[in-house]
Amino acid sequence: MKQVVLRGWRPTLVIILLFILWESASRLFEIPEWLIPSPTQVWEEGIAGWSVYNHHLYSTILLTVTGFLIGSSVGIIVAILLHVIPIFRNMFYPLIIFSQNIPIIVLAPLLVIWFGFGMLPKLIIITLVCFFPIAVSTMDGLRQTSTELLHYTKMAGATKRQTFWKLEWPHALPSLFSGLKISATYSVMGAVISEWLGAKEGIGVYMTLASSSFRTDRVFVAIFLIMLLSLLFFALITLIEKRVVAWKTKGVETNG
Amino acid sequence: MAELTLQNVSKSFDNQLILNDINLSVGNEEFVSVLGPSGSGKSTLFNLIGGLYQPDQGEITLDGDTITGTRGSISYMPQSPSLFPWRTIVDNVMLGSEIVGEPDREAAMNMLKKAGLSGYENAYPHQLSGGMKQRAAFVRSLLSPQPLICLDEPFSALDEFTRLEMQKWLLDLWSEHKRSVLFVTHNIEEALFLSDRVIVLSERPATVQKEFEVPFDRPREETLLLSEEMLSWKREIYQVLKRGDGSGASRG
Repeated sequence: MKQVVLRGWRPTLVIILLFILWESASRLFEIPEWLIPSPTQVWEEGIAGWSVYNHHLYSTILLTVTGFLIGSSVGIIVAILLHVIPIFRNMFYPLIIFSQNIPIIVLAPLLVIWFGFGMLPKLIIITLVCFFPIAVSTMDGLRQTSTELLHYTKMAGATKRQTFWKLEWPHALPSLFSGLKISATYSVMGAVISEWLGAKEGIGVYMTLASSSFRTDRVFVAIFLIMLLSLLFFALITLIEKRVVAWKTKGVETNG
Repeated sequence: MAELTLQNVSKSFDNQLILNDINLSVGNEEFVSVLGPSGSGKSTLFNLIGGLYQPDQGEITLDGDTITGTRGSISYMPQSPSLFPWRTIVDNVMLGSEIVGEPDREAAMNMLKKAGLSGYENAYPHQLSGGMKQRAAFVRSLLSPQPLICLDEPFSALDEFTRLEMQKWLLDLWSEHKRSVLFVTHNIEEALFLSDRVIVLSERPATVQKEFEVPFDRPREETLLLSEEMLSWKREIYQVLKRGDGSGASRG
């Protein structure tokens, strides 16, 4: 805890200073609220408007978590398949990269035309943005298994399956978690973008409604909610990572 | 029981002959060292015995069964400890028996205690010193079910003091848990101190140049290293290695 305070006070100070600067600027220059609201105005709306946006928030969280779970499963499965069957890597790797070059903003309305306004098109979008970082980092982790350890397992007579589960998979876990952390934040963005294009509720809907009625304070509330959500998601993955790859940090102090 | 024989084994890579007509054997519970200059194909020899490659010609048998090109019939200890960083020491030493056969945690704990690693059972490899990691790696090969252990220059990366300590430790543990051992090294003294028999390989392409029967009694003491007898043996093997033609006076 002490360490968190020691390391965290500098960035916190910078953020507080930034808010003070913003607040005093909007007071000093008397900027109208519909143009740029001051932090206190955003804060007040954030508290007072809870009943207005809380169902939007739940809907987005549900969408994000579902999308993230599907996306990361797809990413992990793709990585394993492409690693275990080298011909697949050869065949599909370019396709996987192409999939990331499709502009989401163009794809999303098409998906709505094809699949309607339900969950499916939104989940497809989130999966599409989520799976890529996970697939690539997991694949790298699997491929970069130490040659020394690989030589030992071969000499010890391990089968392909044993080599994978005992050596390659645990070796890839730290890389997998880097991918998960990137995807966790992407999935929130993916959810919001997909909501923009047609949904009954969600932060994306709340945001479009607010901006079309010049409720700029609400737009800012939405922005902060998205940031907060990404941050929480990221922290959650980091927490799980610390438990799963405990060997990385355990006992480092005793070693000097 | 474990008797390893290599008959007329040859292997080349990219048309370059690495091993040329190797004949050697390891008897039951015998400690045999293979001594050769660096790059003489000692690792290739192990990879062949371990079944990673097929020899171009020749046959490898263990207790009469052909094991040419079959993996998992020997227990192996590499040059680097090669412990898995995400496994605790006790989980690491059970790895060999996990891959072939049944892991036995009880036996692993006991062996770690005998090996002087008690208190470190649940530590991770990065918390151990170099010598301790090598001990764990040797315990892992002892706990593997195969009757023959192949050690590939296990102490070459250690400093002089740790190496001597490890050699004595290895002899102690081995005399209690007898196995057939094939030990590869480029250190003459180490080969003489540890083994019953020393096989000298020539430079590339490697052939068996000479075999020496080591006459020292067991258990062996550290003082042996400085004895006159040791020095004269060292000189003789050194000359064979240097001349590279195997025409030295035989004493084996």
